Amino acid sequence: MADISFLLNGEIVRLETTDPTVTLLDWLRETRGLTGTKEGCNEGDCGACTVMVTDGDGPRALNACILFLPQLHGKAVRTVEGIAGPDGSLHPVQQAMVDLHGSQCGFCTPGFVASMAVAHTAGATDYNDRLAGNLCRCTGYAPIIRAAEAAAEAPVPGWMAEDLSALGPLASDMPATADALAEWYLAHPEGTLIAGATDVGLWVTKQFRSLGPVAFLNRIPELSGISMTGEAIRIGAMTTVTEFGAFIAGHHPGLAAMIRRYGSVQVRNAATIGGNIANGSPIGDSPPALIALGARLHLRRGEARREIALEDFFLDYGKQDRQPGEFVEAVSIPRQPDRLRCYKLSKRFDQDISAVMGGLSVTVEDGTVTAARIAFGGMAGIPKRAAAVEAALAGRPWTLETATAAAAQMGRDFEPLTDMRASSAYRLKAAENMVIRYFHEDQGVAANVLEVSA
Amino acid sequence: MSVQKPLPHDAAALHVTGRARYVDDIPVPANCLHLAFGLSKIAKGRLLSLDLEAVRAAPGVVMVLTAADFDHVPDCSPSAHDEPLLCTGDIHFAGQPLFLVAATSHGAARRAAALGQAEVAEEPAILSIDEALAADSRFEDGPLVWGQGDPDAAMASAAMTATGSMEIGGQEHFYLEGQAALSVPQEGGDMLVHSSTQHPSEIQHKVADALGTGMHAVRVETRRMGGGFGGKESQGNWLAIATAIVAARTGRPAKMRYDRDDDMVITGKRHDFRIDYQVGFSPEGRIEALEFWQYCRCGWALDLSLAIADRAMLHADNAYHLPDVRITSHRLKTNTVSATAFRGFGGPQGMVAVERVIDHVAHATGRDPLEVRRANYYAAAPAVAQTTPYGMAIEDFELHGMTDALAESCGYAARRAAIRDWNAGSPVLKRGIALTPVKFGISFTLTHLNQAGALVHLYQDGTIAMNHGGTEMGQGLFQKVAQVAASRFGVGMGRVKITATDTAKVPNTSATAASSGSDLNGMAVRAACDTIVARLAEFLAERHQASPRDVVFAEDRVTVGGESYAFEEVAKAAYEARISLSATGFYKTPKIEWDRIAGKGRPFYYFAYGAACTEVVLDTLTGENRILRTDILHDCGHSLNPALDTGQIEGAFVQGAGWLTMEELVWDAKGRLRTHAPSTYKIPACSDRPPVFNVALWDQPNREETIYRSKAVGEPPFMLGISNFLALSDAVAACGGAYPALDAPATPERLLWAVERVRS
Repeated sequence: MADISFLLNGEIVRLETTDPTVTLLDWLRETRGLTGTKEGCNEGDCGACTVMVTDGDGPRALNACILFLPQLHGKAVRTVEGIAGPDGSLHPVQQAMVDLHGSQCGFCTPGFVASMAVAHTAGATDYNDRLAGNLCRCTGYAPIIRAAEAAAEAPVPGWMAEDLSALGPLASDMPATADALAEWYLAHPEGTLIAGATDVGLWVTKQFRSLGPVAFLNRIPELSGISMTGEAIRIGAMTTVTEFGAFIAGHHPGLAAMIRRYGSVQVRNAATIGGNIANGSPIGDSPPALIALGARLHLRRGEARREIALEDFFLDYGKQDRQPGEFVEAVSIPRQPDRLRCYKLSKRFDQDISAVMGGLSVTVEDGTVTAARIAFGGMAGIPKRAAAVEAALAGRPWTLETATAAAAQMGRDFEPLTDMRASSAYRLKAAENMVIRYFHEDQGVAANVLEVSA
Repeated sequence: MSVQKPLPHDAAALHVTGRARYVDDIPVPANCLHLAFGLSKIAKGRLLSLDLEAVRAAPGVVMVLTAADFDHVPDCSPSAHDEPLLCTGDIHFAGQPLFLVAATSHGAARRAAALGQAEVAEEPAILSIDEALAADSRFEDGPLVWGQGDPDAAMASAAMTATGSMEIGGQEHFYLEGQAALSVPQEGGDMLVHSSTQHPSEIQHKVADALGTGMHAVRVETRRMGGGFGGKESQGNWLAIATAIVAARTGRPAKMRYDRDDDMVITGKRHDFRIDYQVGFSPEGRIEALEFWQYCRCGWALDLSLAIADRAMLHADNAYHLPDVRITSHRLKTNTVSATAFRGFGGPQGMVAVERVIDHVAHATGRDPLEVRRANYYAAAPAVAQTTPYGMAIEDFELHGMTDALAESCGYAARRAAIRDWNAGSPVLKRGIALTPVKFGISFTLTHLNQAGALVHLYQDGTIAMNHGGTEMGQGLFQKVAQVAASRFGVGMGRVKITATDTAKVPNTSATAASSGSDLNGMAVRAACDTIVARLAEFLAERHQASPRDVVFAEDRVTVGGESYAFEEVAKAAYEARISLSATGFYKTPKIEWDRIAGKGRPFYYFAYGAACTEVVLDTLTGENRILRTDILHDCGHSLNPALDTGQIEGAFVQGAGWLTMEELVWDAKGRLRTHAPSTYKIPACSDRPPVFNVALWDQPNREETIYRSKAVGEPPFMLGISNFLALSDAVAACGGAYPALDAPATPERLLWAVERVRS
């Protein structure tokens, strides 16, 4: 691994890393002595390690505990120490947190301050979403939100500006093109591709796995981004979940609403659509929705490319239709009228892994179901379509009776597991009820607790 | 005066800039060792042998210890000497430390610890309450039984009766800062221990015991914890002892912090309970007889379980006068992690059960649950005092007025009616509402713990250093007590320096627990300050031929006989006049006496009260739900700092609501905890707080002579979260005719099954 360069609280850092899987958090705390950024969980779920990372697209909140140093190449990192001014002046969000009693034990506070500073810089006021990835056990969050609101109008301090040009030319031996990656992966089929590291990070911090040769994909612009034709929307594998959510809101708002609850801001800013598919998780949140939309997966191995239906990628638990050295280049969604609803079921609304994730799209013409694509995560070893349910809907009149009868077929499609998230019986019942909920919502009956207020 | 002002937390500016230092942030010498435990994967059995070759060979490993390396394996228990640091042969729970690794980095220690191989003979584990009952596996010889009146006769003559059983889940503390300790060897075998602990004196005692020294050879310092909630009352012993042992053996500093998963597997949690009940009542909802059977799963070791189970019994009445009542408490020993202190200390479990009974009675009689609550409340003071099931006269009952005020301010009656109408037109979503009270007893039930010491220095430049036995875990204790000190001296807060809790400054301290921090330490600091103030007053009075009573300390000045001095002038003059400007202070809580075996006496100095009204919406297709609004009125007496107290109330409510809803501990059939990280164990997140959240203080003086007539606030508001649970029960009840009989935590899954039950 060659040198990597980034700005740390405005100062240039150049590192020659021998171990590419040193996390930013460990490096900050153990090597740099910057102990303001805290370790709360070491898996990206609590946000105590949140830092601000700025690149050409602006500032983002990221979890430092599952962020490898090479992912920072060419970017600017600002920790809680650098959010206060060089003369010790407090950033407006810091001052508001003091004035409005936003800290109690103080351990989560640096992470909150980082998330709040990012939101403040962006002018964002959707605090429930912006702070969903920061856990606080003391305050009940109320004073933190009061602080965020109080600071919203204050100008962004001058010291928060990042001058990325100071880094100069950015040499790196990380792959910079899809061709280079294809060649590298063909030569290192046992290697590990690292996109956002929100999953691979835990292989290192929790499972102590050796990753073998690694390739970081964050330097390949052609793998990220979304393009659209009259027929399809094509999403590059390295498109972050944040970018995808923002884009898809205009086409499938139900999917965007689900993505708002997918991980946290910090996770969505790092996680990629390609990663969420390629890791083959049975409980990844995007595949059921994408399958319901009839998504196609674009794979590449060396110079060979192929395209398959997304549901065909998932063969069995932990097994995908992917050859050694083959990687996900993109996923595409056929353009279509929006009939998609996404039902993400978990113990906690925000930042929780789904017990069941349903993606449902039922097309109705003249009161009759003409097509149904229904897929679930959490119901089997893979994200999977509910074929019997779909068949029981197709061609029938679109009524509560039809929906109920079709839902009753769920047990033919799935025999879900019992685990710490839910029992088998609950998963099955809830999945059935999601079909019924889809009908109710389609008829305008209130069935979403998030849309009710006191 | 500084007291009663809403001043910020003393460390707020340090918190927000990342400069507040926690144990893991303390700079250490480069030769510092880092520790990790190797853990048992089975819940019960014999440890036959350990293969640690790979551990010893792992990069960075300096030392590996097993029980065989000790003549006497150090004990980590706060109570019964039943917690050996390392397994001595019997494996008691999955997660029990088997061996200890010392390495050159935290990461190296963790990676090495994962390489250990244990040969074990697995035995059938006792995991559940029923298994423990069947095996008669328990602490103490049999159940403890308390009560008053004649519940059997009253039950027989009651017009109506109901029975029920309620599962009450445990709770992971999820302090954001995991357990941590750092031991630094000193000359002559002394040891300095930095510990993230609520109980430095206990750490000192246990480390001295482990090292075979006197307590005077061990100094424990705790500046702050990143959250405690009871989880750092006894659970820090393991890390402090481990680091002290390694530091003593190697002569190198040793640090240990649990990775989050290890922390959640190794350390105790809130006790889970099953509470069965039989209640006799009138058609008006007046409870005539009540019997509780409390089954408490204590885990493998005693820890603090007896006092916790006692407190569950002591709160079985909550706010209700129960003339004929019996409470039977079983303290069950299981092959699970030893449950420990957690905010409320058993009180919440006892309280949620009686609130469930009230809800059940209201359902059975078709009455508004709030009406049933009022009908059963203790009589308002100063009427003839009614007694609790443990024979304590209730002399300070505040809830009549508080309930009326809250019901009025939150529009309870009108909203309840509106919810009924709304539900009639909503087939999928149902709303619910509940207004529940809290009466929580304040004092350690182990009477001798109700004492505190303080050490206050006035320096010749007029600055003050203040120290006491309490620890700061975020609750703002240091700030509140500093406000007391500033008030006693009549100076601004800038003069008062708050210093880290240190066993070398104030000895023999009690844990910062039982909500007692400000009550005890505030009084001890007051006493120390008053001693110095009296010396200054006497000194100035003599100079001015005045009475010490006429010396006034206010606004950073001291006035006497028409003269006014800057405070620092007085300090300097007193120093030069050879007046001692240092004093200790001591306080012990008056009036309390308690016989825990008989279950009779006055265990509490006073009660803290509160009431909360919560409205929810429930999706009857999945059990998903949201809080829509919460209104709270809480009694802090004359608050020492209304901003900090409000913060305690808001935070406690959300934590209490989490306990009863989304926070679910799941063990598998082999007794292994499956929810050992925030990915699987869900504490409330930002959007889970009530979107409408009105918190007000019931600003009436404590009827007892506490520090500035304030009341303790740490634990009582936790139980306001019961309103969320019973609002969900109310929403479920809107789905059909049967009583919801909701268990806790009311996860979406439990709620969906409850909906199915009431519909069928």
